[in-house]
Amino acid sequence: MEPAISMEASSTDPVISARDVRVWYGTTRGAIRAVDGVSFDIAPGETLGLVGESGCGKSTLGRGLMGLLPPGAKRDGEVWFDGKDVLSMRPKDAYRLRGVELGMIFQEPLTRLNPLLRISDHFEETIKQHDPGLSKDEIKQRALDALRQMGIPPTRYRSYPHEFSGGMRQRLMIALALVLKPAFIVADEPTTALDVLVEAQIVQILNDLRRNFRTSLLLITHNVGIVAEACDRVAVMYAGRIVEQGRVADVFENPQHPYTRELLRSTISLRTTGLNFIPGSPPDLVDPPDGCRFHPRCPEAMAVCATKNPINIERPTGGRVECWLVGPQEEIPEGGTRPLKQEELAVADEA
Amino acid sequence: MPTKPDSTMPDSTMPGSGLGASPIVDVRDLSVHFGLRGGTLARLFGRDAGVVKAVDGVNLALAPGEVVGLVGESGSGKSTLGRSLLGLAPATEGSIKFRGQDLASLSRRSLRDMRRHIQMVFQDPSAALNPAMTIEEAVGDALRVHGMRSAAERRVKVIDALERVGLSPVELFLEKYPRDLSGGQKQRVVIARAIITGPSVLVADEPISMLDMSVRAKILQLMLDLKKDLGLTYVYITHDLASAKYFCDRIAIMYLGRIVEIGPTEEIFANPRHPYTKALLRAIPDPDPGRQLPRDLPRGEVPDAAQPPLGCSFHPRCSEATDICGWESRDLRTIVEAHWTRRSPEEYEAERSLVGDLDHLERPEKSATLGKEGAESARAFLDRVRSEAPDDPMWRGVDMIEDEGSGVRVRFHEGVDPALRRSGGVEVACVLYPEESEA
Repeated sequence: MEPAISMEASSTDPVISARDVRVWYGTTRGAIRAVDGVSFDIAPGETLGLVGESGCGKSTLGRGLMGLLPPGAKRDGEVWFDGKDVLSMRPKDAYRLRGVELGMIFQEPLTRLNPLLRISDHFEETIKQHDPGLSKDEIKQRALDALRQMGIPPTRYRSYPHEFSGGMRQRLMIALALVLKPAFIVADEPTTALDVLVEAQIVQILNDLRRNFRTSLLLITHNVGIVAEACDRVAVMYAGRIVEQGRVADVFENPQHPYTRELLRSTISLRTTGLNFIPGSPPDLVDPPDGCRFHPRCPEAMAVCATKNPINIERPTGGRVECWLVGPQEEIPEGGTRPLKQEELAVADEA
Repeated sequence: MPTKPDSTMPDSTMPGSGLGASPIVDVRDLSVHFGLRGGTLARLFGRDAGVVKAVDGVNLALAPGEVVGLVGESGSGKSTLGRSLLGLAPATEGSIKFRGQDLASLSRRSLRDMRRHIQMVFQDPSAALNPAMTIEEAVGDALRVHGMRSAAERRVKVIDALERVGLSPVELFLEKYPRDLSGGQKQRVVIARAIITGPSVLVADEPISMLDMSVRAKILQLMLDLKKDLGLTYVYITHDLASAKYFCDRIAIMYLGRIVEIGPTEEIFANPRHPYTKALLRAIPDPDPGRQLPRDLPRGEVPDAAQPPLGCSFHPRCSEATDICGWESRDLRTIVEAHWTRRSPEEYEAERSLVGDLDHLERPEKSATLGKEGAESARAFLDRVRSEAPDDPMWRGVDMIEDEGSGVRVRFHEGVDPALRRSGGVEVACVLYPEESEA
């Protein structure tokens, strides 16, 4: 497929390197190609935001990196962590890596905490599982430390999950993910179920994370505002592919891919003075459109977009993009740049 | 679009409104309380389990054609208020009048008739549609309920409603089930079902919050188009100030069952007054990376509505709170526990043995006892807590600390529960804004 991607020059090696990762689910209609050839690097202490509409493969990718896919899902490609390919590891070795080196934060903390276990039990079990040599006191100190950093007072150590508010529970989940000091964490929509003010508090915590720990973070969200706030780089996902990635300020101020631009334009913010939206809806991933998958909805589609897959190239100001508008010009066949006559998109096909 | 604060709207003495025309919906002193069941023992001994004041003394008048936003976090009572407009949440006190007629005086039957005129759009379109009904059945069901027996007549109306919400060609949708549609299409169906009875008021409870970013604008645009075509009046319930800013003429900010600030959208955003409004505005992440501001977020979360804070409900989270905002025992617990998150384990253990359990502070009182090793050590402990966070607004509320028993008693100033008062072009419930005398 495309050449291996080298990100902006970084003094350190990436913590995690995904190369041409694919995940597909079998259905009676055929295979759903939820993730279809995704490559990226995350540097130590860096936060990468992953944005896109629902159903574009964000969560599948996040889980795929951890090896947490439902039975029946198949995956391919390479995910390099610490010199080893996580995807080709024996399940037992991958299990050992999870929690200790690779952590995960989920959307709904209440469904991830055992209602019958005290907070202390959650922490003690987690720590014991991965660090059996520690004494009882050491375990408690580590747990209390992690809680303290998340602003949960030690007086609540023996409480049950239901005794906490929603925001506190999400802090618990983050503390639980951090207690083993993993090198890399996937946070899948960690603030979606929370109230606005609590959401902002959690975003602040995630923001501090990259300063106070060397933890790298993949932050999956549909909220571009959160990406702007808490991420160093952003990857925009559409129909199973990352169509553009780069530094947040760069990508958001100067989007190269029409999808990135339209996604930003359709976001309602305090400065919204008119409503914009993307016509149509994301494609069926059993049978995605030929060429660029965004071409049926793209306001600037050209003839070439409907027939030939766009090539992953370097963005003019750093990062990667795959869109024929950016190039490479020499690969566009004769007459490929004339505007594509779009079939009329009925509202009926729209979301 | 948004109305100007002073010039275009004639002034009126009607609470919570800036309108001259007679209101289409008039809510006066509305309270909706829910009784708690409590535990088995409490019920056996007839102990009162308490009530949740979901809506607590709200005044709101809707002018015809207006879009009013109810904005707040979960537990603010915004949804309950919205539901009570349809008679779906029974009023404990106060009145709701629709075109001058009090909903409480209506029989079940006439209440149902009345609902033809006030309809609701729900947050989660997947939950709001019956999975076993086709789109035609689902949208037409409202007509059947309201007595339209002929299926052919219903079909004509259903086709018209689906066309209005942009689901055309209609034939593609009539026989479909909700599971065949996308989120945005389902929400269009829900809106079609709401408008088919020809309502004049639509209560939309978070109509776009479950949808994708790229779809939200479409649904908002649809609602604006429908408002223009059908002359609707909207109550837009949301936690999202950004969409409310674009969509609403007037905004009511709610917190724990009360309206804490209400006024024309432009004024609310240009000069937010209530500290809670300011906090909500600061909490909205800006998609422009060049505009990131340092945040000063209120601590904690919406408190338990069954045991609301004394004084102003927002005071425990408020950075501008004064001495009279209603400080109490639970605030002392919060600040002590926050202090302990910054101490080393040894320091924490030592201090903990000094003051013991804090559970007794959970009962809301205007004074609190602390310490079990003598007054001196308790005072020293409080000094340490205070020196670490000297600017915490709670210290403004401490009236005096006196020796008592094996420790000290911290007495707080008497608090006030601020009522809505006029301030500039809006009304706000906060002691920072002195009551203007009515001109």
